[in-house]
Amino acid sequence: MSEIKIQIKNLYKIFGKNPRSALEQVKNGVNKDELLEKHNHVLGLKDINLDINEKSIQVVMGLSGSGKSTLIRHINRLIEPTDGSVVVDGEDVLKMNDESLRNFRRAKTAMVFQRFALLPHKTVLENTLFGLHIQNIDEKEANTRARRWIDRVGLSGYEERYPQHLSGGMQQRVGLARALTNDGEILLMDEAFSALDPLIRKDMQDILLELQDELHKTVVFITHDLDEALKIGDRIAILKDGIMDQEGIPADILLSPKTQYVKDFVEDVNRARVIKAKHIMSKLNGQDRDNAMFVDQDDFIDRFIDKVISDKPNCLIVKNKNNDEIGYLSTKRLSEILKR
Amino acid sequence: MEKFFLSEFPELSRETLRFIKKGFDTSYRAFSREYGDTIEAVFDPVLYFLVWFEKLLQNSPWPLVLICFLAIIYFGSRKISVTIGSLFAFLLIGIFGMWEDTMSTVSIIGVCTLLSIGIGIPVGVLMAKSERAQRICTPILDVMQTMPSFVYLIPVVMLLGIGKIPGLLAVVIYAIPPIIRLTNLGIREVDSEVLEAADAFGANPRQKLFQIQLPLALPTIFAGINQTIMMALAMVVIASMIGVKGLGQPVLKAITNQYFAMGLFNGLAIVALAIIFDRVSQSFGHRIQQHRSGARE
Repeated sequence: MSEIKIQIKNLYKIFGKNPRSALEQVKNGVNKDELLEKHNHVLGLKDINLDINEKSIQVVMGLSGSGKSTLIRHINRLIEPTDGSVVVDGEDVLKMNDESLRNFRRAKTAMVFQRFALLPHKTVLENTLFGLHIQNIDEKEANTRARRWIDRVGLSGYEERYPQHLSGGMQQRVGLARALTNDGEILLMDEAFSALDPLIRKDMQDILLELQDELHKTVVFITHDLDEALKIGDRIAILKDGIMDQEGIPADILLSPKTQYVKDFVEDVNRARVIKAKHIMSKLNGQDRDNAMFVDQDDFIDRFIDKVISDKPNCLIVKNKNNDEIGYLSTKRLSEILKR
Repeated sequence: MEKFFLSEFPELSRETLRFIKKGFDTSYRAFSREYGDTIEAVFDPVLYFLVWFEKLLQNSPWPLVLICFLAIIYFGSRKISVTIGSLFAFLLIGIFGMWEDTMSTVSIIGVCTLLSIGIGIPVGVLMAKSERAQRICTPILDVMQTMPSFVYLIPVVMLLGIGKIPGLLAVVIYAIPPIIRLTNLGIREVDSEVLEAADAFGANPRQKLFQIQLPLALPTIFAGINQTIMMALAMVVIASMIGVKGLGQPVLKAITNQYFAMGLFNGLAIVALAIIFDRVSQSFGHRIQQHRSGARE
């Protein structure tokens, strides 16, 4: 298993005049509505525990008001928690003083925002340079780095334009270039693609996945869109009313939703496009190889379902990258999965 | 008939009132005798600069001064129409014998504007950064803007006598509030999401102020500078009552002697200056926010 990069432990956030005393109430079992009605405090996050693996994409999903944007802002401490800890590389972010917090933000993190948050008075190039300017990095080197990322996100030729003159998709490319130029190990993306048109959103998702293949950053990605979560996430955490309902790999969440809320959420998802052979295979048990079909462990169901229907195999044998047989999948199981 | 007691406001007795006013005046006089010279000394550098600037404008050959003005006007506004209009205005002013007074007025307006910017922007920044500073400054600015200027001319004259510095102070007190208010407003209006992004990238407060807040507030600040210049010009006549030379003095003379034409000429010269200052500072303000419009370059 890979190393844990970010560890969020028992995190609470309560908004209001006296969060400390409200915290006691919450720990004694007062729920969100009651807290608002009787104590006039808003429960933002309640007892969040989340380990985020290094070099993976962790999606945090929830509807508006679920606390997902609040949660991501705790990782670089744009929001102070009421209780709990956020440990990055063994260091508690919440114990840092102003100076070391700034250095932590400069060196380790970069953030992409839902509404881009570009500097309107600076050009695309200057925006991309922003993180490096803040760190007083040599102008020439900064320029080279910035131009490389502008090129990488497909914006060469637009260096001297102002953000207002670009479309939403292009503005978010600037946002992405700005974050990547900073070269932190952690990339925080707060609903980064939510404000974009569906087609452009798909483009940006592909760009992100492509970049991740090569950069291996630790990405925390906030979204309210389940399809996006399933497409991008190595793991998904689902938040509701400031409480984490479920956390796991996409297939687990689809196949065994823990709460009614998650169940409702995943009901309409096309499972064939999310679930891979390895997620639903059983242990090999002397299966008959007569009329068997071989599939790769990382194939999505919709890659081989047509062939299953036309060839009518007895069972499917799952193989890994080295061509070893690692499991099997009965057609009965397959149809159960697809029927839900 | 006996007067109904509520029809007369229960006021302090005449002796008490006299005592209060006299006590106030006496102690202020004592203060100004004690510290007047010191305070005057503080303003000496400003006075030297003002006198030097005025002499420079008046003693340099007029074509040179005119060319400098037109160059500043052109590079400020980038508009040929404004430049040509200003040329005619200055020529008329010269022909009608008001060149020297106009130079005095330009010099005092220039120095007042510089002082107002130099004091006003930092105060505005302070107000934007601290709620307490805002709570303290707002009522003071209200008083400065609404108090009739004659009222604060009295203590200034008692303290510093008649001359350029008291005039300068009166003008600055009257003209500085807009730039303070609009600096404060401009900084507070900066998009909080942009500031959050700056925080996320590890910007410190100084970097946020100089790289984000001030540049984004600049158009608003410029509206404040424009207002400040206009208000300074409006004070020219009042300032002339306490010995500030310039276009105000002939106006004052015209009022006391009922010289309508003289008043009109000098009044029109003030108007011409106001229009030139306004057009130049406004188009300059527009140009520095080109990123907001659709145009490139």
